[in-house]
Amino acid sequence: MLSIKNLHAKIDDKNILNGINLEVKAGEVHAIMGPNGSGKSTLASVIAGKEEYEVTDGDIYINGESIEELSAEERAHKGIFLSFQYPVEIPGVSVTNFIKTAINETRKAKGEKEMPAKEMLKLLKDKSSLLEIDRKFLSRSINDGFSGGEKKRNEIFQMAMLEPSIAILDETDSGLDIDALRIVANGVNKLKSSKNAVILITHYQRLLDYIIPDYVHVLHNGKIVKSGTKELAIELEEKGYDWIKEEVKN
Amino acid sequence: MDLKEKLVSSFIAFENQVDIDSYVHDIRTEAIKSFEDSGFPTKKNEAWKYTSLKQVLEPDYSIFPRQNKALEYAKIEKYLIDDIDSYKIIFVDGKYSSHLSETTHEGMDICLMSSVLNKPKYASVIENYFNKAVKKDGISDLNTAFSKEGAFIHIPKNKYVEKPIQIIHFSSGNESSLMLQPRNLIIVDENSQLQIIERHQNLSENEVLTNSVTEIFVNPKSIVDYYKIQNDNKQASLIDTTSIVQERSSVCTLHTFSFGGKLTRNNLTFSQNGEHIESIMKGITIIEDKQHVDHNTLVHHIKPNCESHQDYKGIFDDKSTGVFNGTVVVEKEAQKTNAFQANNNVLLSDKASINTKPQLEIFADDVKCSHGCTIGQLDKNALFYLKSRGIPEKEAKALLMYGFANNVMQSVKIPELKKRITNIIANKLGVKIGFNL
Ligand SMILES: Nc1ncnc2c1ncn2[C@@H]1O[C@H](COP(=O)(O)OP(=O)(O)O)[C@@H](O)[C@H]1O
Ligand SMILES: [Mg+2]
Repeated sequence: MLSIKNLHAKIDDKNILNGINLEVKAGEVHAIMGPNGSGKSTLASVIAGKEEYEVTDGDIYINGESIEELSAEERAHKGIFLSFQYPVEIPGVSVTNFIKTAINETRKAKGEKEMPAKEMLKLLKDKSSLLEIDRKFLSRSINDGFSGGEKKRNEIFQMAMLEPSIAILDETDSGLDIDALRIVANGVNKLKSSKNAVILITHYQRLLDYIIPDYVHVLHNGKIVKSGTKELAIELEEKGYDWIKEEVKN
Repeated sequence: MDLKEKLVSSFIAFENQVDIDSYVHDIRTEAIKSFEDSGFPTKKNEAWKYTSLKQVLEPDYSIFPRQNKALEYAKIEKYLIDDIDSYKIIFVDGKYSSHLSETTHEGMDICLMSSVLNKPKYASVIENYFNKAVKKDGISDLNTAFSKEGAFIHIPKNKYVEKPIQIIHFSSGNESSLMLQPRNLIIVDENSQLQIIERHQNLSENEVLTNSVTEIFVNPKSIVDYYKIQNDNKQASLIDTTSIVQERSSVCTLHTFSFGGKLTRNNLTFSQNGEHIESIMKGITIIEDKQHVDHNTLVHHIKPNCESHQDYKGIFDDKSTGVFNGTVVVEKEAQKTNAFQANNNVLLSDKASINTKPQLEIFADDVKCSHGCTIGQLDKNALFYLKSRGIPEKEAKALLMYGFANNVMQSVKIPELKKRITNIIANKLGVKIGFNL
């Protein structure tokens, strides 16, 4: 489904990703862990098509097709979704208007008709209750004055509305208290199917108790230096990253 | 012969066509003398430092347009907010068009300047109000000298005028270049309520210069909402002087939507003549190409316990230029004044520019005054955020601009007007949006 081959990327002459290889198949959950500054968010942004980063080598494929030339919106139309580590505040644009526009623009791009208002309303209702979001919340400006937890929940709400085939959740667990974490994890699990895939970027294995990954990768200096299963995450939680850094050195 | 000479030498001929005997005659005569002395403002004049009229004054304007051709309703319909019940005062090439208009004298006067200027019945109103609000300068003197036609609105006390009034000045293209000088007088007596929508529209590719003056008197406890739609074509220039005098416990809100025209200059003044007055000025400017919009505002706080709020947003693309020059004067007597002023701008191109200059002159010591101005670009991270959700670049930019301007839209009280303005903005930005702000 998603295939990353020898991906190198830089910004302002600073190399951040140094040869990433990753294969994600439909139905899988991958966790990407790694110390601060190792390049996790950069990887997520490059997959989502942030133009500030320059891909200097390698490529990203969706269902066998290179997405190198595609803009962020075209990638979204292909089913890529990024839950931002730091969701952006957009004063003056309500969550509802934003999500309606996103859904209908995606439909338009696929040559489909706009979603009928009634259907949209029902979808908004269903998904907001899935994530236990108050309806009043939807008429507020996007992320404007939201608490850290509200922002993250709003990201997953958008994911639920857009039903992406590849969802990348960048530290969605940070800033969530245990109840919110459970709600968000429950939401993600409900959205998971054999047809889509999830990439979880996280520091803590806490989230992985709720969303069980099939694979765990460790990113260090812009490279995946170790891959394993859930047990690797537990080991990282206990021992930290230093032993991996040591292993890499040797 | 330049435009000034032409105007001055045409004055006698103009006066001969109108009522020499009226009270206004002396005012006109004095005004043409003042204009002859001062002429058009130049960039040497501090208040006109960033707005040059030089190019706008070049064409050989007709100042007495020929009899206008009758316009069909179908041709102008789209410039009206036609899905609301409203009074309409419509002019074509400076002349009143009765078949397009809907006026009244029943219980209130919603009619024409020309029909009251020399009627004895209105003599005292004219003497009390005409030319009493406007700040005298070259440009308003010129209008005063040639004042003859425009809207005259007088609302008696305790009257809630349900239907908004639309005042629209069309130019048909009948003249190869045309100068218009509409003069509006609006008086709202105690405890009444009124909504007005004003627009100037050039229907051809011929040059039009409009020098408009509007005086508004908001008497005690009255509420006036005034909306200016400035969305003209690139051959049209507008100098709009609007002077508002408010009395005790009145509220006046004025929105200016500046979306187009070659050159637009707004001279807006509020004078607060009583206590507990609220004056609200809001504006959205979205322009491109080489368009120019200048907002020159003055709020004069004379009495204690009053408020003024100014919120102007500007979005400038290509080589367009903007000016915001907002002055707030708080007199010594005007204690407990709250005066706020904000001017936020987004430059979409590195060739666009904005000159913004807030000026506070405060002589009272117990006041709350603030001003803030910002100039920035569209937030790249916000743009990526929207795009990553599948919203294409153009639509994403539009959404950000909507968000930016939304604050101002929220205070538009006529839903159909709000919808219309949303559509104008969408059209300008070349997008279709599936919701209303
Ligand atoms: N826009 C940027 N400009 C400059 N440096 C950046 C930018 N984005 C990321 N970096 C740098 O790249 C490295 C990786 O950052 P990031 O991908 O955010 O790491 P992580 O998400 O793993 O903490 C860091 O050293 C960071 O400072
Ligand atoms: Mg990160």
